[in-house]
Parts: sequence; structure tokens; C-alpha cells
Amino acid sequence: MRDLWTRRDFVKASGTAFAALSLTDLWLDEAFAAPTGSSGTAPVFADHFGLDAAALEKLLAIAMSRGGDYADLYFEYRLSNSISFEENQVKDASRGIVLGAGVRVIAGDKTGYAYSDDLSFERLKRAAETAAHIAAQPRPVGPIAIAPQALPHHYLGRELASDATTKEKLALVERANQAGYKTDPRITKMFVNYGDEIKIVQIANTAGQLVRDTQPMVRFRVRALAEEGSERQNGSMAGGGRVGLEYFAETTPESLGEKAARQAITMLHADEAPAGMMEVVLGNAYSGILLHEAVGHGLEADFNRKGTSNYSGKVGEMVASELCTVVDDGTIAGDRGAINVDDEGNASARKVLIERGRLTGYMHDRISARAMNVPATGSGRRESYQHMPLPRMTTTYMLAGESTPEEIIRSVKRGFYAVSFGGGQVDISNGDFVFSVTEGYLIEDGKVTRPVKGATLIGNGPQVLGKVSMVGNDFRISEAMWTCGKDGQSVPVGVGMPHAKIAEITVGGTRKPSGLPTHLQS
Amino acid sequence: MSDQNQDRQYADLAAEVVRRAQKLGADHAEAMITSGSDFSVSVRMGEIDTLSEATSKAMGIRVFKGKKKFLSYTSDFDLDSIERFVRESLALAELTGDDDASGLPAPEELADPATAPDLALYDPAIETIPTEKRVAMALAAEKAAFDFDPRITNSSGADFSSSEGTTVLANSLGFTGAYRESSVGLSVAPVVDAGGKKQTDYWFSRSRRVADLAPPEEVGREAARRVLRRLDPTKPATRAVPIVLDPLMAAGLVRMLFRAASGDMVWRKQTFLADRLGQTIASDLVTIVDDPLRPGDLGSRPFDAEGVRSRKNVIVERGVLRQFLTSTYSARRLGGRSTGNASRGVSSEPEVGPSNLYLEPGPHDPEELIASVADGLYVTSMMGFGVNMVKGDFSRGAAGLWIENGKLAHPVAEITVAGNMNDILKGIVMVGNDIHHTWGSVRAPSLKIATLTVSGA
Repeated sequence: MRDLWTRRDFVKASGTAFAALSLTDLWLDEAFAAPTGSSGTAPVFADHFGLDAAALEKLLAIAMSRGGDYADLYFEYRLSNSISFEENQVKDASRGIVLGAGVRVIAGDKTGYAYSDDLSFERLKRAAETAAHIAAQPRPVGPIAIAPQALPHHYLGRELASDATTKEKLALVERANQAGYKTDPRITKMFVNYGDEIKIVQIANTAGQLVRDTQPMVRFRVRALAEEGSERQNGSMAGGGRVGLEYFAETTPESLGEKAARQAITMLHADEAPAGMMEVVLGNAYSGILLHEAVGHGLEADFNRKGTSNYSGKVGEMVASELCTVVDDGTIAGDRGAINVDDEGNASARKVLIERGRLTGYMHDRISARAMNVPATGSGRRESYQHMPLPRMTTTYMLAGESTPEEIIRSVKRGFYAVSFGGGQVDISNGDFVFSVTEGYLIEDGKVTRPVKGATLIGNGPQVLGKVSMVGNDFRISEAMWTCGKDGQSVPVGVGMPHAKIAEITVGGTRKPSGLPTHLQS
Repeated sequence: MSDQNQDRQYADLAAEVVRRAQKLGADHAEAMITSGSDFSVSVRMGEIDTLSEATSKAMGIRVFKGKKKFLSYTSDFDLDSIERFVRESLALAELTGDDDASGLPAPEELADPATAPDLALYDPAIETIPTEKRVAMALAAEKAAFDFDPRITNSSGADFSSSEGTTVLANSLGFTGAYRESSVGLSVAPVVDAGGKKQTDYWFSRSRRVADLAPPEEVGREAARRVLRRLDPTKPATRAVPIVLDPLMAAGLVRMLFRAASGDMVWRKQTFLADRLGQTIASDLVTIVDDPLRPGDLGSRPFDAEGVRSRKNVIVERGVLRQFLTSTYSARRLGGRSTGNASRGVSSEPEVGPSNLYLEPGPHDPEELIASVADGLYVTSMMGFGVNMVKGDFSRGAAGLWIENGKLAHPVAEITVAGNMNDILKGIVMVGNDIHHTWGSVRAPSLKIATLTVSGA
């Protein structure tokens, strides 16, 4: 098979006439020019669109011309590749380019925003004028001088995955596919989806920053369908992150395929899940979704600036048991939640949110940091150039404790063991949150016994974290490919967790035996 | 350039892209262009918070060669660039599998733009609303919520938004179609911080025409009523009880059923309905329809994302599953014709999606549903994604009001409702008459379900 998904082959196929300015050229050129995760100034936008530092300064001045306090420009170029593999062949494949820029102007507490998918100076000028309208008191704009900023580097990968040949990617996909089918004859369908992306962002602002970041992303998802008689069940597993393809030497496609298949088989004949309040043991890694929902969103400072979060005004107070130290960290090398720089030009950071149960601070973007008079935390993120930045999480996790996972399980007489999760949601105003378990088991007399059907767990953030009674020594970051949605914007995030025990939380199954006190239902 | 001129230009461009793809060796090709403008303003505590305005465009190109295919998308409309992009796509198509079901619809399935009905999808009045008026509507909605009750002291804000856009589709069967549409929306989210836990809720209005939008004061007052009825909730004891779903929650159930009956899910055996065609899957009170031809309605469209002519489909008729909903591909996999339910953005392959989807109303006032329950739950909000479509197991977070002796007695929260979709659908014992066709493109009246497990304290 002739494989043209490599840049060199593409050059051969399409010649070298790059006189015209186009995205296709840009794609080519950038694939050559961008070493993994390079940062600094942005030759791509400067060379192709004449948007050098002087042009950016001019646009910022226009954005400020009606009296804004702050303005920024956000340029984005994104190349995405995707392969869907089903029924032992490539079912769908796609490639696409997104390019555009957003202009933001802040005036007092107001924000004006405009964007354009046309990067000509004229169109960007119009966007800057539109955004500028949020301010109503034109005044002379002082000199604006932007200078390139160096960034730390938190991405892995010797080479960008999007530069690898399709043959190479397809081989990984096929390995996961085969491993899944081989795991058990009851596996009747395997679905494997591979996707990669490079996203080049450039931010220039009136604080004088000019930063550029090349953000790689790989995601590998596997779903297995098991069938036996009239029973059917799915299992799923995912891997990837801001990595290169060598990631799959350690996390092999076979292991992902097998795990998905085993989960489907395990859950094929699961019993009904219990209903009611009970002791729950959370497995490590994936259970970090609890933190994301129970505390993470409530500590995003936009809600706290507005006083609409249940954690508003609670810095310094105990909001969890002393066993809990919760961190949001954008610097974990290669993790899906890692970023070198946020989408407002601030370097990403490790933020302790809760230290031994006490609330230490919020996650800020520029607006909330200014309003609450604290430093920004590198948490201003956006889905694309079409969106305004908001305070968002990166990778959120709980630090390890001292118990072994065995001790934790052994301490439970009757309870629910939650291992794998489908998603969660929170009501920011009062902290009520849910997360749905896709792989769960009963714990009986200190032992993990039968698998039970998936169920939603519901609780209240501070109450549930106050009831964390044991924390394991086996902290791990989840390899799952989480995507967080807020105000209609999706961003990639990570979660992590050691094993932990919650003394009491509501499990939303269907099985309620008679004669048992409610907190011991199974 | 006028909007109409630009629409014509994009239609010509799409057709030209298809021609060039064929010249480059595609057996078949299809180009979709979406373009439009979006406006939104958020106000909070009586002041503008954010204001955003922009236009955008994008193109998705599908090429077919033999039984292989490839999808690409871009926002660069330079023809020479696109031509190189297409050449590249054709080469990349080689790596995809031979798939007998892939390809464009049959020519006779395509809509005829000349005889397309006028569905009143576009309101030219929207773009003439001055910015000050837009801001004023959002402010009025938020103020109405504050004025409703002194306990409402905070707000996540009120939004006014509008969008106008055109969808153009051209394919190598000679089809070129385009439609222009608009929508306008208003929403408010007040917050109450009184005594116990903070509570928030929201209300909204959405329509294609400005004139159909609910008055801001009405939207604000309804949001206020909704948040106030949530104050000081309790957590009921775990038990199985009758459930009444309000129209929004019932619409969520209908959306779920649509997904379970989508051809994409059926051929993949990803749904509990996969083997149930022609069988009774719900109580005989249940009839569910998808109808893209309702004039002025939010989900209406003259043709689907593959150019297939729009038609009304009865999915469930008095409890019996009459048909699966399909795109061209899923229909071929199931051995039939497309139901005209292909849905996609430029960056993805067609999937199966609803147009105007609704459960037909019954004879009862919603109060009768509540009055019939001695001890049960009235659900007004749900949280989370706890639905296993393969098995039909359902478990989601919920909040609402507890029903005691036929009356809404007190708020409840931090609970889950769980059951199996088969039992839920068959357990629908009363259907309300309170369907609101302006509440979105998927809607239903209030529904009473005989019994579900409520998990609480």
C-alpha cells in the first residue's frame, strides 16, 4: 500500500511549489519546522501571514483603542488525524485543519471577544475593533511591546505522532484489535480508534508576553463487545497523552485490547448493583474523577469570584478529612492534562488545592486572579480560538496515603468496590456530584466477591471528602483519555488517585434487600 | 457581499470541489460547507460580563474510490489548496477497508431543491436587533428573577445569543442544496444562598424567530420559581416508588430512546433494542415521532446531512418499535433505505441524529399525574451519564420534589434513580398533555413511570 500520510511522501506527490499561501502548505511546512514541543516565537504565523511582532503590537493597540485595560491575541493551528478500525479493517479515516485567531479585550469587569478564521491583517483588525467595543471610553494607547518568553517543557515524544506513517499507526491499531479477539471467544466485536493532533498556539498580550507552544496529543481507545446467549456487554480501555508513539512500547496496544476484552467478559453476567448508602472503596487512578467533580470544579475561581460555588469564601477552612491532599498539576510530563503554558500566556503550575483537609486556594485565570488580587495559576484554558479562556483543571489528583490497598479492602464488611468509571457531573452551587461506575464489585467480609452492574454514585463534595477514612499508598495517574466540558467548552484533562475508602456514600443500584439497616444494604 | 451572494458563491464552490475531486480520480465525492455568524452577550448582576461576536466557515469533503473512502476538512477555501487536499485524500483513502455499504445515497433518495417546502428556518429580523436591545433583553431576564423573590441574591448570569448560518451540500450525483437558518435564545441562572446549601437552576427560551422568543420577564420569573422550589432539600430513604418526569426530563428519556433505536447503534449491537424491531418495547401509551418538516421548528431541515429528502418517521407506535433511524451507511448495514436521519458537522462522518423528535402527548394535565401518586418522586433535574445502552441499565443522579398523597410536598436532592430501560418504557402508565414544542428540538410531555428504585439515605 502506498502510504502518503508521511510528510516526505506528500512532498513527492504534490511537488514543491509553495508560493501560494494556504493551509495545506502550512501543514506541510509546519510538520517539517516544528520539533516536538518547541516554544518561543511563532515563525508559522509570522512567515505565512505577515504577523510579526510589530503587526501583533499594532493589533493589540487597536484592541485597546477604546479604553480597554488588557487585551490578548490567541492564534491556533490544529492538524488532526483519525483512524477508526472495526470488523478487522479501517472503517473511517479523516484528516483536518483548523486555523483561526481570537481577540479579547477586558475593560473593568467586562470582556469583549471576537474571532476570525481568516488571518489576513485586515480581518484581524476588524476582529480587534469588534472586541474593543466592550470599552466605552476611548483614550490614547501607550506603547505596547511584546517579547518572546521561554517556557518549560512537559510533553514527551522523540517525534510528533502526527508525523509518523499511517502504516505505523495502523500496526498499533491492528495489534490491539487482535489481542482483544484472542482474549476470549466470547468477544464478538472490537472497535479501535486512534487519533493524533498537533496544536500550535501563539499568545500575545498587553502584559508584554509573546509565547508559542506546540502541543501534541495521542489518543487510543479500545472497546470490546462480549456476547453470550442473549447477554451483551461492552468493555473499554484507553491510553495516550502528550506523547510520541514510543508510548506504546510500555503501554502496549495488546494490553489495552486485552483489558477492554476482560472488562466486557467480567461484566457480562454482573449482578444487580446495590442501592443505598454504604461503604465504598475507590480503586486507584480512575477514581480521580471523584476529585475532579467533588472539588475540582468548585475550586475554579470564576465560580468563586462570582460567589456561586459551594467553596466560595472557604479558603483556610477544613473541607475534607485530614487524609486528603489534593493537587491540580499541569506539569506532569506526557500526561493528557499537561500544558507548558495556559491559553492566556501563563506558565502551567502545580497547585495544592487542599492540604491535609484544609482549602488552600483556587485555580485562576487572569480575570479571577485580578479580581481576587492573587497571582494567576496557569489555569486559563480554552477549547479553541472561538472560545474565551476560563479557569480549568489540568491533571487533578490526591496524594498517596499510608494504607495498602489490601488493608483497605479487608477493612470493609459489606461495601461496593468501584474500579472503572464512565464520567461524572457536579452542581457547582452546592457541591452535589455524581460519577458513574462501569466496572464495580461487591466487597463481602473483607474480600472482593461478585461483579455488579454499573451504577451512579452520588454525594456532596465536602461531605464525601470529609468521610475519606483510608487512603492507599498506591497513587497512580489514570491513563484514560478524559475530556472535561464546561460552558460548552471541552478541554483534555487528567486525573489520579490512590485507593481510598469513603465511610458512606449513596450507591445508585436497584437492589435493596429487606431486613438490613439502610447503611448496610447490598 | 450580501448573504445571498455568499450563499450562492459557496454553493458554486461546493459543486466545483466535487467536480475537481472526480477529475482527480474520485468515483464519487461530496462537499459540505457550513458558514455563519454568532453573537452572544452574558450579563451578570445587572452589568455586561462578556460579549462575543464572530463569523466562521468550514468545509468537509468526502471522497469515494471503489468501496473505499476518506474524509477531510478545512477552513481554507482557496481552490488550489483544496485541490491538493483532495488529491491527498484520494491517496489516503487507499488505506481504508473495502466496505460494500459505503457511498452516497441512491439518486432517487435525494431531495429536489426545486420542490423543497418552505420550512421558515430563517428570520431576517434577527440581524437587525441592535446590540443595546440584545443586552437589554438579557438584563431584563436577570432582573425579573431578582425581582421575583428577595432570597434571590446572586446569579450565574443571563445570556442572549443568536446565530445565523447556511448549510450547503453538493455531491457527484448532481445534487446541490442549501438552506439558511437562524436561532435566537435567552437564558437565566439565578442563585439562592439562604440557610443551607446554595441552589441554582435555570430557565430559557429558544426559537428560530425573534418574535417567538418568550418575553425576558417570563423567562426570568420561571427561572426564579425553579430555583426557589429547590431550597432546603432532604434525602429520602432508599425505596422503589412511582416516578413522574417533568417535560424536560421526559425529553431526555426520549432522546435516549432515539439513540437506542439509531441504525449506527443497531448494526454494532450496541443497543438493547438491537433485536427488537416490530416488538412491543414500551407501554401502548407511547408513540414517538421524528419529523423534520414542521415549519419554523428548531429541528427542521429540507434534507439531511447526505442530501436525503426529509420525511416524517414514526419510531414507536403505541408501544411497538416500528423502525430504526438510519443514515445511508447504517441503512445498508441493516438492509434498508435511509430514513433521512444523517447528521454531521464538517469534521465527522455522517451519524444518525434526530430532527424534531417528540413523544405524542396524552390526555392528562400534569397535575393529574402528580395527584395519582401517594408516595413518589417528581424529577426536575438529572445528572451524570449512567446509562449502559448495550444492556439498557439506567442509573442517574436526580433532584426534584417528593410527592406525598398526590401533592408536591418538599424538595429532595442527592439521590439516584435506577432501573432498566425495558422496564422504564413499559412502565409508562400516564402521559401528560403538557408538551412544549418551543422547549427545544427534542420534547415530551410529563410522564409517569410505575416504579423505579430511588437510592438515597
